[in-house]
Amino acid sequence: MYALKELGKYSSLLYQSLRSSTEFSTYRKNLFHELVKVGTESIPIIMLVGVFTGSVMTIQSAYQLESAFIPLSTIGAIVSESILLELAAVISGLVLAGKVGARVATELGTMRVSEQIDALESMGFNSISFLVVPRVLAGILMFPVLYVVASVFGLTGGVAAGYFSGSVPPDDFLKGARMFFYPWNVAFGVVKSFVFGFIITSVACYKGYYASGGAEGVGKSTTNATVMGCIYILLADFLLAALLL
Amino acid sequence: MIEIKNLTKSFGDLLVWENVDFCIEDGETLAVIGRSGCGKSVLLKHINALLTPDSGEVIIKGENIYEMDYVDQRKLRQKFGVLFQGSALFDSINTFENVAFPLRYFSDFDENEIREKVMQALTYVNLENVAEKETAELSGGMRKRVGLARAIILEPEYIMYDEPTSGLDPETANEINELIVLMAEKFDITSIVITHDMHSVLDVADKVAFLNNQKLSWFGTIDEMRRSEQKDLIDFITASEYQIK
Repeated sequence: MYALKELGKYSSLLYQSLRSSTEFSTYRKNLFHELVKVGTESIPIIMLVGVFTGSVMTIQSAYQLESAFIPLSTIGAIVSESILLELAAVISGLVLAGKVGARVATELGTMRVSEQIDALESMGFNSISFLVVPRVLAGILMFPVLYVVASVFGLTGGVAAGYFSGSVPPDDFLKGARMFFYPWNVAFGVVKSFVFGFIITSVACYKGYYASGGAEGVGKSTTNATVMGCIYILLADFLLAALLL
Repeated sequence: MIEIKNLTKSFGDLLVWENVDFCIEDGETLAVIGRSGCGKSVLLKHINALLTPDSGEVIIKGENIYEMDYVDQRKLRQKFGVLFQGSALFDSINTFENVAFPLRYFSDFDENEIREKVMQALTYVNLENVAEKETAELSGGMRKRVGLARAIILEPEYIMYDEPTSGLDPETANEINELIVLMAEKFDITSIVITHDMHSVLDVADKVAFLNNQKLSWFGTIDEMRRSEQKDLIDFITASEYQIK
């Protein structure tokens, strides 16, 4: 019963956000601010995640496939496919559920418990249009960009790790990556990151917007936003793979 | 004139108050008093349609505000200035921007006109020298005054104060009371003050509404309150250590 009530409130918030999305003049300034916060400010952590994911994947694949009968280019094929299809989107999503989701839930939760959202409504603002719409839009627009960044740095990390560890020469790595490259894999990754961006920001907005109970309540909302964001990402990942692959 | 007719509100099984019925004339200052948790702030949020009652009407200029659509309710809210209990200043922007905030969205003023208006409002509350300070650097009394400057910046017809003197030292509380009187006289604003501070009531109010036992227990002028022999009202007043007779 509680889960149904929560789902109803979440759906209602999404419906109101959709209706409010036409009030562009209200959230225009906030949208640009959020694009920077969600996108630009997340690039360093996403670069780091990408490089290390690609590096570890390459070293582990080289270790597991150490055989005279398996060509070295296979490592490049496995690593690039894994990064483009799964790791760049999912690992970035999980990291951003912590970074972006926690920030959004804390900001809105603090605004709720300190009556700043009431103040906005009292002034005549549509608080959902002003606060929720730009954050969700920023997630939807910027997560695919971050996926591309994670993929590029993941592959770069893979090539570098193969070269410096002496396990895979760059030419073999890239040969394998090119041999099994399908543009659909990138499109699939972009679709996933688009969905993850929506999930992380909308869940965080929901948890923050309806926070209550002072500092403890805000802490609880932030934790819930991060944990639920991660769970929904894994569920969505499974559903998208089952539906689209 | 604001007419409140047979207003009843409950949250789930908890009845807040029922059949509240009174009227506020234009230019008057009404103090709503009562014990903590009696629903004073809830009543305030019904007057600008931030909350909806279970039954009853609030009629402003002949129109029932609960029958308005959301867009009209938001336009109506722009006629209200609200000073929140915790001031509800936006902590992501400085003092100047807090006061300028409604002007940036609801007026066509250029930057120079906005600066002039904001500095004028800050001068009314004797805070012209803190315009560029962050809100976190302001004391409790200063925050209230900045909140008041923001509340009057759109030259509202009505202003609502939620516990304007709570948490302030007596001297600062007196300064806030003087500002409430000044605002009412200077701008001919209809004011509603939620408080349990009887000093504040006697300083600023023309009329008093006393909420007790989930209903409007008493309503009248300050002189009528002084002469009243209603026990619960006298108990409330004497409990606040103020001898009015």
